[in-house]
Order: sequence, then structure tokens, then C-alpha cells
Amino acid sequence: MHARVLKTEEYRITNEPYYAPQGDEIALFEAAYKNRLPVLLKGPTGCGKTRFMEQMAWRLKRPLITVSCHDDLTASDLVGRYLITGGETVWVDGPMARAVRVGAILYLDEIVEARKDTTVVIHPLADDRRVLPIEKTGELLAAPPEFCLAISYNPGYQSVLKDLKQSTRQRFVALEFNYPKPELEQTIIAREAGVDAATAAKLVKFAGMTRNLKGQGLDEGASTRLLVHAGKLIAAGIAPQAACRGAIAEALTDDSEMLAAVNELSASLF
Amino acid sequence: MNNPPLSVVEIEAKLDELLIWALSSHRPARPLAEALAPFTRAEQEFVLRWTDAIAKTNAEMAFQFTTQAPLALRCMELAGIEQWVVRAMDVYDRMGMYPAYAVFRDVEDFGRRYREQQDGASFEDSAHVLELFVRGLSGRSLKLECADDVYTDTASLFLPATISRFPDRNQNFGLYKAMVAHQWAQTRYGTFRTALGAALANYPDPERALRIFHALETVRLDFRLAQDLAGLHRQMAALRAALGEVLFPPSWESRVTRLLTADATVEDTLSLVAELYDGELPAPLSYQGTLHPERAAAAIAGRIEREKHELRQALLKLLHEHDGSDAATPESIPERFHLERSEPGMLGGEFSISITLDGKPLAPPDEVRSLMDSIFQDLGDIPDEYLTAAGDGKYCRQGDEKKEDGGWKASYEDEGALLYNEWDYRRRHYRKNWCVLRELDVHPVDEPFVARTRRKYAGLIHSLRKGFEALRGEDKLLKRQSDGDNVDFDALVEAWADKHTGRELSERLFTQHHKSERNIAVVFMIDMSGSTKGWINDAERETLVMLCEALEVLGDRYAIYGFSGMTRKRCELYRVKRFDEAYSEEVRRRITGMQPQDYTRMGVVIRHVTRLFECIEARTKLLITLSDGKPDDYDGYRGEYGIEDTRQALLEAKHAGIHPFCVTIDTEARDYLPHMYGHVNYVLLDDVRKLPVKISDIYRRLTL
Repeated sequence: MHARVLKTEEYRITNEPYYAPQGDEIALFEAAYKNRLPVLLKGPTGCGKTRFMEQMAWRLKRPLITVSCHDDLTASDLVGRYLITGGETVWVDGPMARAVRVGAILYLDEIVEARKDTTVVIHPLADDRRVLPIEKTGELLAAPPEFCLAISYNPGYQSVLKDLKQSTRQRFVALEFNYPKPELEQTIIAREAGVDAATAAKLVKFAGMTRNLKGQGLDEGASTRLLVHAGKLIAAGIAPQAACRGAIAEALTDDSEMLAAVNELSASLF
Repeated sequence: MNNPPLSVVEIEAKLDELLIWALSSHRPARPLAEALAPFTRAEQEFVLRWTDAIAKTNAEMAFQFTTQAPLALRCMELAGIEQWVVRAMDVYDRMGMYPAYAVFRDVEDFGRRYREQQDGASFEDSAHVLELFVRGLSGRSLKLECADDVYTDTASLFLPATISRFPDRNQNFGLYKAMVAHQWAQTRYGTFRTALGAALANYPDPERALRIFHALETVRLDFRLAQDLAGLHRQMAALRAALGEVLFPPSWESRVTRLLTADATVEDTLSLVAELYDGELPAPLSYQGTLHPERAAAAIAGRIEREKHELRQALLKLLHEHDGSDAATPESIPERFHLERSEPGMLGGEFSISITLDGKPLAPPDEVRSLMDSIFQDLGDIPDEYLTAAGDGKYCRQGDEKKEDGGWKASYEDEGALLYNEWDYRRRHYRKNWCVLRELDVHPVDEPFVARTRRKYAGLIHSLRKGFEALRGEDKLLKRQSDGDNVDFDALVEAWADKHTGRELSERLFTQHHKSERNIAVVFMIDMSGSTKGWINDAERETLVMLCEALEVLGDRYAIYGFSGMTRKRCELYRVKRFDEAYSEEVRRRITGMQPQDYTRMGVVIRHVTRLFECIEARTKLLITLSDGKPDDYDGYRGEYGIEDTRQALLEAKHAGIHPFCVTIDTEARDYLPHMYGHVNYVLLDDVRKLPVKISDIYRRLTL
């Protein structure tokens, strides 16, 4: 068995990804898209931002190009560079240029991790100019109406040195994401993991307990994603306590006393 | 290789040699040898080795040891015997022969205590995990404390110092957990929601009535636990089974069914007490502890008043934020807010409460939600009358006296005094030159405090140094340099391509390792108000020592100031270390000499520090405050006024490019700190003793 090889711009989502809306975020995004406004997704990890992007890509029937940002990301990583193939110099587009050319949805994940001088590359795309200048080729790509720029970040425990500048953030329509309300979270877990409602309810309760411990030694409580992982393990026949230990407790913390406490909490429920 | 055990003859020969000065014809070695013969070779040699060692000090002691050794071997493992011997020798050194003989004689007692220590669970070891456990279970943060009596007063849970009921440490921990769960259940499911003292006083023997009530209440709570926390319930049932305990005596069976529903409340339990008063008095369960209704009532009464007021204040604030103006008054709260009770889902026990504002559902901030939770736990509901305003809503502390100008003699013209404005949030303007601030030096004190702290945290300092060195010596790979030790292939490829398209070949084709420069200047403001006396002051000073260790390695520029003062005319800033000062012996002595002073007027201090920063060139400027509570000064600088002025000063600092951050141990911090510092710019530590350990972590995360 081999991995499927796709060109990034061909990554279209053909089957509807499961997404349960928390509020009116879908309508908001569609309105922003129609008005060619870029979108900023704020929220803790594992609460549905990327799944939401997949849902919107499916709805709007555009390819979705995702870039995970990090400290070493340069502008040419995003825009493109010249490469030498067979003795010839060839310009190769980066994901950003490709997305603009094809009119895809470009999703930059964890934008604050990238350096500031890289982030400003998105400015011309993010205001009403919607152009991407490529100095090396002397081109100016004007984005088609179908192009959409989306970025995400976690506003939680930020370092002082890594902040989203006003000049960047004020170009976006911001959508806030959070852990879903308990009833909704329960439905999501039951659906995604394939467990019955009672187990899903207990998992949600357990997540609530870990979220109570935020700031007491846990940076974040259990995200919805972790709950789905635990649920999938339970559905596959693993004992609930072991599933919670592996999928949730060990993923949340390394501190031995916190681990003991979290394991006691899961033992108290199942 | 298992060597065969020594024979009686062999042991006797050895003992004759070792104990030569203690033996005589009346005290031969033979009986001792016979007693030791049945043991394994390893054990025999262990005994002989120790006999030899002790004999070098005192032959009689060695004789006593050898006599008791067989008994010791039967009741302790070798590690325990070693402890026993060491203890005896210790006593011998300090108190002489006869007390030491006593230690040897009481070998069984020692053995029992040793086993308890090994297999028992202790409060110290278990408290933190249990605290987190209780915190996770639900909202109100209950403190765990050690006491002789096992009970709760709804604010703290009291547990014994050690538990060694079981032979296994895990089972003993399980008993701790059961105690905690039982007490938590009492606060959660409303055991104290009624006037217990009064209700039980009517009985001829109130003590008996209380015990019957407790036993019945345990049944009711056990049922609720079975509903909400199935795993915990199972564990507690297993505990009871292991100890041969029953939840209730069989004669009660028909009556207690009334308590086995989700609707049963403490009132139902009370009514049952009357019916079962004359019957059997059941033995208390191992985890039950006792009930002290009067202590619980006192804690609840204080809390209810405070939380009622806090909820109204919080709702008023929400109203102002929603409207974007200060126009709303306390009277309008009941018109615009409504409490809705909804049926419990699969997730809840009782019904849950949600708030609507102007008909639209409101997601209250965390502080309000935990307030509502707490009120709910105490009263079983949030009374509608909580929404009605009473009086002007200002919570007056006992003995509060507003003094505008606290008769202080200090005048504006004093030497070296600096004048600062203060923000009056009611009038929305500054009071010009309102505060008089002086910079004072801390009296250095010659005490080995710093050395002691360094010793206490030696391990931590060592790992800190390594960790921070890695941060500092962070070799960043600089690419596209015009000079360097390696070729940058990305750049080379691009340059080559450029050359082929006719453009200039770039010179910047090398990579260079470079220590990334941290360009950070940080000021630490330490709260030196009177409330920090004792533990907190010690912890603050220890924290400073830890910080200095870390910062010296990192190379960031830093300054340390303490602050306190009394009234606006006498604000004091204590210099511990200025920016341009080295971390010298003098600075260390000043840290040692920091003592708690008076009050906490924060606004003026922040403004002063902002001014200090003006002369500092740094890419990043940080202001980190260590505080134990709200802004508070003698002349009315407290409550809203103090918080708003501090917030204004922080905003001014932010405008000047300074990033403020707060580390606090005030458990009520969540009520006001997000408003002052912003939601992400503070850290709450619930135990001040963790501060020295955590501070370097906090600093590192802040500046990574």
C-alpha cells in the first residue's frame, strides 16, 4: 500500500466532513467569503478549527491548501522559489502562490509561530487589494474571487515575544472557537468515535473535570479531539480507564502528581 | 550462589570473638548462636556485621543487639533493622546506655512503626494529588488540611496525618480518597443546607441523633455518588467490603429506600432520624469521619453574604459591559437578568441554572460561573432575590473607616520625593500630583538566608542553570550570510538560478552559527505589604534568590524593587537591585533584609517604574509583579477605586511599550486580575511555597 500522491491544489474535499456548528460560524464565514474578506480563527487546540475549514472547503467546493507555520518559515517558503531541474532554472510556486492562482482556500495554521517578517507577506492578500506580488518573477498575481485566506491561532498562553500585531490582525474577520457546550460535545464524540451516548457523556464529564484544573498545573484541559481519541479506543475494545489514561492523561501532562490526579478522576467516572 | 547457613558452632565461634568483653560464664554465646542458626546465610552475616560494628563502640550494646536480632529479623526487613540499629546508636550517643538498651528492647514496637511508615500513606505525600482530584470534581476550590478530626466545614477538608489501616500503601491512599470523596459529597449534595444544629438539638441525646443522622446521610450520599461517579462508588464499595463494613445495618433496610432516589434531600434524612432514633446505633464507616455542624454553619454564613454581594457586583458589571455605559443601576438588574432552571440532562444531577440578559442567553465569565456554582452548592438554588439590589451594594468590611487625608506629617516639599497622578474612575480624570513616592534603600541584613536558600534548592538551581544556559546559548543558524562556516544550499541554488537568468550572483551564500541575542529588560515588583508577613515573605525572598540565579545565567537586564507604603503621602519603593547594579553581596544582603511593611498602593509604583524604563534601551520591556492580593491602602485606596487606578497605570505602561505581568497567590485573583492585567497576563499559584519552584518556569515561558 502506498500513500496517494496529490498536487496540493487538487486537494478537494469530496465527502462532507462531519462538523456540528457551535453558533453561526458557518453563516459568518460564508458571508465573509462572499465579500472576499479574510478570516481569523481563534481558539484553543482541538476544538474544531481545522475541521471547520474542511467543512467550508467542502461547502464552497474549493481546494483547501493548509500551511503549518513555524519559526523557520520564510517568505519564499510561502511564495515560491527558483529551483534547478535538469540544468534549467525553473520557478516553483509555494503554497501561497498556488492557492492564489487556482483560487483555492489558503489556511495558515498557528500563524503566530511564524516570524513577523514572514507574516507581513500576507498583508497585500489580506486587505481589499487581494494581490500577491512575486518580485523574483516580476509577476503580480491578482486573486480570483474564489480565493480565500484563513489563519488560525491559539490566544491562550502567549509568550510576550510572539504576539499577533495589530497591523495584521485588523485585516481579518475573527471567529472565536471554544470547546462545544456539553450536550453538543457529547453528540460530536458519539458520532466521531462511534461510542454510545452514555460513554460519550462520561467522557464529556471527564473533560469538564480536567478543564477545572486549568491553571492549577494543567495548561489546558482536555480538548474535544482528545476525547474523540479516547472514544475511538473504547469503541475498539480498550477498557475505558486505560483509554483515558493513554489518550488523555498522558497527552495532557508529564507531572507525576497531576497524572495521578487525572487518572483518579477518570477512575471515578468509569 | 546460595551459601549454606552457618552452623551453631560457627556462629558461636564468631560471637565469642566479637562479644568477648560482654560474655562471661553466666552469659555464654551459645544460646545466641542457637537463636540465629535457623536464619539464612545472608541474614546471619548481616547480624554478625552489625554486631561487629556496634561492638567497636560498646560491647554491651552489641550483646543487646544480638539478643534481640532474631526477633527483629522476624518483624522487619533488613532495611528496617538497619534503621533500628542506627536509631539505637543515636540514642546511645545522645543519652547514654540505658535509654539505648530500651530501644533494643522495644524492637517489636519499632518494627510496627516502621511497617506503618513503609506501607502507610501520609497526608504530606497524598495531599497534592487529592487536592487536584477534588478540584477536578467540581468548582469550589476546597483546601485540604491536616487535623486530628476527620470532617469538613465546607471550606476545607480535614484529614489525618497518616493512614495505615491496610498493609498496602495503595489501599491506604484509597482510604484517603474515600474520606475526601465523602466530605466533598457532603458539600456538593447539600448536607449542610439546613440548620442541623437546631434540628438535632431537640433530641434528648443530640450526640446520638447526630450519629444516626450521619449514618443515614452517608447512605444518601452514597446513592448520589453511584449516580454521578460510578467508578468512585465502586471503589468505595470495595473498600467497605475489604474492611467488612456495611453501608447500613439490615434493620434499616426498609426505611432507607426513601433516600435512594435522586430527589432525596437532607430534609428527608432528618425526618428519618426521628423514626430510627430509638433503634440500632450503627458503627461508623472507616472513611466517614465526624460532623461539626456549627463549624460548617459559620463558614457558610460568612460565604453566603460575601457571594451574594459579589454576584450582584458581577452582574452589574456585565450589564455595564453589555450596554457599554455606566448608566445601569443595581435596581435594573432584576428587570434585565433572569435565571432559568432547566431539567438535568444525562450529565447533571440536579437542574442547572442559566442566565439570560434581556431575554438572550448569556455566557457568563468564569468568575461568575464559579460564583453561581458555589451559591448553588450552599443553597441548592440561586434565589431570585439575589438579583434585587439592596442598599448601595457596597460591601463594607468590618471596621472600615474612610479617611481622606490620613493625618500624616509628610509634605510635598520633602527631599527626593516624586509626585505622581492618580486616576479617579468615578470622576474619570486624574488627581494631579496626588501621590508622594520615595525611593528608599532596603537595609541590608547579614544572615545566611541566601546561602540557605541556595542549599535548599540546590538541585533545582542546578537544573535551572542547565536549562537557562540552553536558552541563552541558543545557537541560531543564520542563513544567507556573506560569511560563515557552512554553505547555505538554498541560497546557493537560488543564486545559481539567478545567475542563469542573467541576474547578479548574490554574495550571501553562507550559514553562520550565532548566539541569538536576547534583548530583554525586566523589572520585578515585589509586594512588601504587611499581609505578606511570615510564609509569604519567606517565599517571596526565596523566589528572588531563584530568579537572580536564573537571570545571571540568562544575561537579561533586571532590577528588583519592593513596594509598600501608607496613604498617598507616604508611598515607598524599596530598591533591592537597580538595573546597572551587579548581583553583588550587597544585593544579596538587601534581599535578606526585605521585611513586610504596610499597605499596597500599586498605581503610583507602576507609574514610577514606567518612568524608570524610559532610560532603558531594550527591545522587550517586562514588568513582573509578585503580589498576594488586591491593591489596598489605608486611606480608601481599595476595592473598585484601587483596581481601576492600578488598571489605568498598567494601561499607561502598555502605551509606553512595557508588558506587564502578574504572579499572585490570591485565590480571589480571578475576580479582578483579568480586568487589570488582561486574561493571559497573570498566573495564579494556589500555594505560595511553590512560588520559588515555579517562578523560573513562568519567566522562561514568558520570554521564550
